[in-house]
Amino acid sequence: MDKEFRTAQGRDLRLVASLATAKVAGAVIRRLGRGGGTSAPGLVADRLDSAMLTKLAAGLEQGAVIVAGTNGKTTTTRMIADVFELVPWRVVHNRSGSNLVRGAIAAFVQRASLTGCPGGEIAVIEADEAALQELVRRVRPRIVLLNNLFRDQLDRYGELDTIGKTWRGVLKDLDAGTTVIVNGDDPALVVISDSITAKRICFGLDEQTHRLDVLPHAADAAVCRVCGADLAYHALYVSHLGDWYCPNCGRKRPDLTYTGSNIELQGVQSLALNISEGGGHTHHLTVGVPGLYNAYNALAAAAVAREVGIPWELIGQAFDAFRSAFGRIERVQYKGRDLTLALVKNPTGFNEVLRMLTAETGGLALPTMIAINDLDADGRDVSWLWDVDFELLARGKGDLYTTGLRGPDMANRLKYAGVALDRIHSLPNELPAGLDAFVEAVPEGHAAYMLPSYTAMLALHKTLADRGAVDAFWEQ
Amino acid sequence: MTTESPKCLVVGWLYGTKMNIYGDRGNVLAIAQRARWRDIDVEIREIGFGEPIPDDVDIFFWGGGQDQEQVAVSHDMQGEKAEQLRTAIENGAAMLAVCGGYQLLGHEYRPHNGEPLRGVGLFDAASTAGPERFIGNVVVNSRWGTLVGFENHSGLTWLGEGVEPLGKIQVGRGNNGQDGTEGAIYRNAIGCYLHGALLPKNPALTDWLIEMGLRHRYGSADLPDIDDDLERRAHETAMQRAFTTR
Repeated sequence: MDKEFRTAQGRDLRLVASLATAKVAGAVIRRLGRGGGTSAPGLVADRLDSAMLTKLAAGLEQGAVIVAGTNGKTTTTRMIADVFELVPWRVVHNRSGSNLVRGAIAAFVQRASLTGCPGGEIAVIEADEAALQELVRRVRPRIVLLNNLFRDQLDRYGELDTIGKTWRGVLKDLDAGTTVIVNGDDPALVVISDSITAKRICFGLDEQTHRLDVLPHAADAAVCRVCGADLAYHALYVSHLGDWYCPNCGRKRPDLTYTGSNIELQGVQSLALNISEGGGHTHHLTVGVPGLYNAYNALAAAAVAREVGIPWELIGQAFDAFRSAFGRIERVQYKGRDLTLALVKNPTGFNEVLRMLTAETGGLALPTMIAINDLDADGRDVSWLWDVDFELLARGKGDLYTTGLRGPDMANRLKYAGVALDRIHSLPNELPAGLDAFVEAVPEGHAAYMLPSYTAMLALHKTLADRGAVDAFWEQ
Repeated sequence: MTTESPKCLVVGWLYGTKMNIYGDRGNVLAIAQRARWRDIDVEIREIGFGEPIPDDVDIFFWGGGQDQEQVAVSHDMQGEKAEQLRTAIENGAAMLAVCGGYQLLGHEYRPHNGEPLRGVGLFDAASTAGPERFIGNVVVNSRWGTLVGFENHSGLTWLGEGVEPLGKIQVGRGNNGQDGTEGAIYRNAIGCYLHGALLPKNPALTDWLIEMGLRHRYGSADLPDIDDDLERRAHETAMQRAFTTR
């Protein structure tokens, strides 16, 4: 029997008691220096009151937004949260990227008052692909944003089809009061969001300059999910994202409510783009993060903000001031070297980073360290490196340095990509040693790139933080 | 004075990008690069749906696909086309098939739901969808020494009596998790569950495929040694990671 105990004021005693315990757990973990306490309190809370998430989310005045997708969800979620904070709303947000159910619970616990009020007007929750179903069931969001579906870690999720099927089930069950915002340039997402009860809104690009000539190797076979024919593109932008159509049955990209165009990429610093809403007035926005993939993230975030009713001025202000999430792309001054760090976690993300680094000169200009680990959060299978188009690096003079638990796999991949052997340098696999050897190899006063996989990025961050070069991420 | 005309090899990539689930194109890249580094020209030909098997392919590669593609591919690889592929192998062409391609080279594949998929029948083997997914690093003892790769499959493959496996499992689950075998060999055709990609960090196997391809075309082969320092290190690291993680 799971009785609910309520006080005379109607407070849920189980909720109140569980919140207090979970909050203490979070504080203790932070005090002990065991990381940011970003998800353990969620585990504690879930044990004590399994309905806590639903109860707290129901108390939000402005409801909740859930963001999912293979790439860009952390950045997009942060952009949305930044816009909401300018309203100003207090935002419940799993900001540190802890994106399983327990991470979302922990975010709510941290914000909530001890009396069981959610402590914010609105929530923006990033959902791991495998957690979307459970998070939607528990949080009951007003908006679900689906960014993209790329090949990521098949050893963790099984096959892409499996995720698509699960998501399709999630979307089908949403009621008419929910809005589903979908990247219309992704044919897979369009198919799974067809004929649902919820309201569907699409965004996409209509971009003249930044196009791909051919489908990258990392892109999954773009097949019409209705008739099985190969899809064609009027324009292809990132991976299999673009203005697609089926030459056989005539299916095509749906009408876009939010359209991005005239994208200007400003190196590894920032970008600008135009967004038009419903084919009407065009808004020019600058965004403080680089690369075409971030144009998609900004477009997605703008679509969410507009659907919540935020004026364009606030969106523009938040985007202009936006800076990258921890480790995704950032500049660090360390021992007199100017290091740009960019997270690489799957083929599409890696391709886009390489595209950004080689855009100006057509080759790699600066020394670059690639750090590949094969722990759970990286994907234990390093096969994905063979889907990245490293052939881009065969041009240019920048030397390549490899490290990480699978550094030797990376070095071998570069060899088969046609990078000259005298440009490939194997560093020690262990990270602090690999980092030290790399920094030693870069002359003082010079710039260099570091491209770590997820846990390699955590290790680099810890080393750099311990040595005073960057802040620990949970303080951001 | 005579100058020897450069040697060439034709690689036939079955269903190309339709059956390239996870880095398996690295195998095609390894064959092509290691041949080119010996001044052998390589032509890579994709063999797609509805297209016959060309009779001048020296080395075939067939990768894995997702369920939906696997069904479409099995329907395409029937009748005359399957016969052409069997004939090519009987005539000495080399082949590597990984995961889905390997399963479809047996007699049949029985999925969890739906009709059994009929295979090419090149290997005396049959596969069924199993209850558990085998995921992780693999080390196999084979006639090419140790082979390292990464398995990720729920299909269980059983070899017929007398069928030579690719090797014996040292680390990992292999064909079916029970009999200690991994993969299958018939003439110069190899099937297995090893991703990784397999060939770039197992250069002895790659060179054997190239050698068989050259013999198929020229009747003889002479492959000079090349620098394998990075390949060897990748191989050793993969072995260490396999011992550490499973």
